[in-house]
Order: sequence, then structure tokens, then C-alpha cells
Amino acid sequence: MPAPVVAIVGAGQAGFQAAASLRQDGFAGRIVLIGEEPVSPYQRPPLSKSYLAGESSLDELWLRPETFYTQHQIDVLAGETVTAIDRTERRLRMAPGGELSWDHLVLATGARYRPLAVPGAELDGVLPLRTLAEANVLRERLDETREVVVVGAGFIGLEFASVAIVRGAAVHIIEVTQHPMGRVVSSTTSRFFTDAHRRWGARISLGTGVARITGAGGRATGVETTEGQHLPADLVLICIGVIPNAELAREAGLAVDNGIVVDEYLATGDPRIFAIGDCANFPTPFAVGRVRLESVQNAVDQGRCVAAHIAGKPAPYDKVPWFWSDQGDLKLQIAGITAGHDKAILRGDPDGGRFSVFCFRAGRLIGVESVNQTADHVVARRLLAGDPRLTPEQAADEGYDLRAHARSLSVR
Amino acid sequence: MPRITYVHPNGAREALDVPVGTSVMRAAILNGVDGIVAECGGEMMCATCHVYVEEDQLGQTPTQSDDEKAMLEFTASERRPNSRLSCQLVVTPELEGLVVYLPETQV
Repeated sequence: MPAPVVAIVGAGQAGFQAAASLRQDGFAGRIVLIGEEPVSPYQRPPLSKSYLAGESSLDELWLRPETFYTQHQIDVLAGETVTAIDRTERRLRMAPGGELSWDHLVLATGARYRPLAVPGAELDGVLPLRTLAEANVLRERLDETREVVVVGAGFIGLEFASVAIVRGAAVHIIEVTQHPMGRVVSSTTSRFFTDAHRRWGARISLGTGVARITGAGGRATGVETTEGQHLPADLVLICIGVIPNAELAREAGLAVDNGIVVDEYLATGDPRIFAIGDCANFPTPFAVGRVRLESVQNAVDQGRCVAAHIAGKPAPYDKVPWFWSDQGDLKLQIAGITAGHDKAILRGDPDGGRFSVFCFRAGRLIGVESVNQTADHVVARRLLAGDPRLTPEQAADEGYDLRAHARSLSVR
Repeated sequence: MPRITYVHPNGAREALDVPVGTSVMRAAILNGVDGIVAECGGEMMCATCHVYVEEDQLGQTPTQSDDEKAMLEFTASERRPNSRLSCQLVVTPELEGLVVYLPETQV
């Protein structure tokens, strides 16, 4: 019998991790890692942080050196696009050409930026930030950009804004809701970051959308808002979220609903096909129902989970989600999923720039947002890994020793 | 360039000449030293670049921040007094000859 083949579609953080972990777990068959981008697998978080700021170099982005893939016999097909999955014959078709037979298929196709459907969106200077190539364009353009409009106040938009300000641009952030990062953080944290960006010099218009992007000679000159204001800009960053890359799965007859639908083992309806990372919609004990998460933690832990499964040690996926964002001198760390909380308890001092928000639902701790307060984040990750048994009163009591609380649970 | 030596759990040693300003973690990743995972890429979010610093060299290493101390609670292998996150060991001329021991496991 020939050695089994694992094909991994998508060479981002999740795909890379699945490949690396398969080898570490002793998988002896062939591993093929297929990525659309014509480069070695790299880390995305710095693209809107240190790399954009010019504080870190390309060398620091690579997940591993080229030699790693040869050493571990991982075939990396960079710059190739999978165009179809044949489930009956267990084959992939690729562009520019070629086919690949597989025994296990891992879909780590990620997500792509959601375009803004307004007149003028095609103008030069209207840019997304998702890939290395896009970050390179922005990094260079920021040298000569004077006025930036950031459309969408999520992690990427706010990270970009804080870098653009430091690099000397005037920044205007517009957000269609009343709450920057509102999908993922409490109103306390949202307000704190809104105030911080204003303090750093950004203008922020909430409850404001884009009517059209104005231009001259093919270049963007500004943004006309839904409020009828014209905001001048030579660079317009579009960061209004992403669309999971689920078309391949859908065309292959797999269930898709805000991402590729998988079970607690991250398997699709076809037990030989898995989905991981930004493209996967999975059930989790950390939220009500299903979620699709866009984070390094999710990509890495799901990559490991699927690798263990294929290598013969299946276990349900149950890792505590965590996230981070660097904006100016503020580090936001989130443990768990705080969306859907019915009680938010502040611990620490926002005026002093260090605090956490402990979020509860029906009396149970579901997540903690920490700003420049790593010690709380560490405790939160520990607590959420089991039954936290932390009451809102304990969280609110600054004299209550959270570390001791976490320790008392782990010895139980 | 200062020479940094990585000692694997089985005793095998790998020495690298590391440019000043590069972290002990990044040098290991760039040169394919197994045993450093660094899943967060040096953001102090994961504690998978844990090393044990040769004890009599601890004094030469940069001071530990509160954040690093906090994250060291997450090491998969036992935390010891000489535990460090190698992403925080940015190489300076003073680190010439530094020896770090890789733990049994990072995850």
C-alpha cells in the first residue's frame, strides 16, 4: 500500500501548524501544503503592527526557514490555487495545472477581506490589509501619505490607525456602529480604546458609513460619509471584516454556514475532510452554539488537533480562545469569548492605563479583557480552562487574590 | 556576533552566531533549532519559547518584565528560577557565550 497523503489547502498559520504537527506526531506519509501566495508560510499579526511600522523585517515574518520544510519532508506548493475537490476520487485539481490524490484533506483556506461595495472603491489608494503583498504596499505608501481614512474600527483598522499616526499621517476613523471593536469587546474596553485613539490624535466618527469614495485622475481623494461629510484622504484603508474562503467546500457539497461547518473533531460531513483556522465554523463550549474565530491561537491549536487526529490520536477540540491586539502603547489581551455577556466587572484603573474587564453570563465567567495587565490575562486563561468558580463579587474585589483562586482550582 | 549555544534535552549542543539585536528565540527559528516553538512570534502571548538559562549566566541576561514573569506560568515544562522566554533575550555583546537549555516540551 502506498504511503497515505495529507493535502493541506492553505499555507497560513493553521495549514503550517497542521503540517508541522503531523511530522511531530509521527505521521510518516506524504504532506503537501498548498498556498495561493507565492511565498513561504508567514505570520500575519505583525502585518498590521511591527512590520507595518517598519520595526520588524521580512526575515522575522517567516514561520520557519525554507530548510525546515525539506528537513521535515513537507512539500510546499506556493503560488498554486486549488480549484476543485473531487471527493469520490479523492483528488484535488489545481491551477495553473495538475492534480493531487489525497487520503486526508485539511482545508485551511482562511478568509479574505470584505470589499466595500460603494462607488469609487476601485480607485488607486483604496487598499485592504490582509496579505504580505498588501502590507508591503501600505508600508511603502505610508512614507508619503498625509491623510488616511480608516473604514472600520476593528482590530486591523485600529492597529493600522495607531501606526499611521506615528508615521506622521492625519487619521480619521469611521465606524458604522457606535462601538469600535464592538463585535469582540465590552463597551468599557471599546470606549477606553476610542478615547485612547482620540488622545493620540485620530478623529473618530461613530455611526458613520461610506457613501462613496471620491477621486481625481483615478486616485482616491477622500471619502464621502453617509452623513454627507467629505473627509479628504490620499489613502483609504478598507477593514470592515472578512469573508471565510468556503467556496471550495461548498462546491464539493460540504456544509457551509459562516465558514465550513465542522464537528467537535473539526471534521466536515466527510470524515476524511477537516477544516481549521479562520475558515472553520465549529462548536465550542466557550460560546453559545458555534463560532468562527480569526486568531493565531485558533489556527495553531486547531492545526495541532487535526494533526493528532490524522496521526491516530483523535480528541475533541476544546482549547481556550485567546486574542491580542497592540495599539500604541496599549496591549489588549482577551481570554475566552466575551460576546454575549450580561455582566461586565471592571478591575483595575482605566485612568492609570491598566485594567481588566471580567465578563459573566448567567453568573459564570466567560471571558476577560485585559489592557496592559498580563497577570490578569494569565489567570483568566487558567480559570477558563476549567470551571472558573469566580463570582462577580470576587472579580470586583481588588483585594481578592486571583492567582490563589486559580491555584486552588488546579489542585482540586 | 555573540555566540549562543542551545542544549537539547538529550545533551546535543547547537551553537549559533547571533547578530546583536536579534532574540535568542528568533535566531533559533531562523536557523531551524528544534525545540523552540514560538507560536505567537515573540509577542509574549504563548510561552512556547521557554528556555533555562545557564545558572551562572543569569546575571548577564536582561531583566525580566512583569509580563514575562506572568507568562512564564504557562510553560509546558516545569518553571525554574532560571526559566526565561527566549523572545525576551535580545542578544547584546554581554550575552557572548550564553548557554540555554531547551525544555523537554513547549506545548
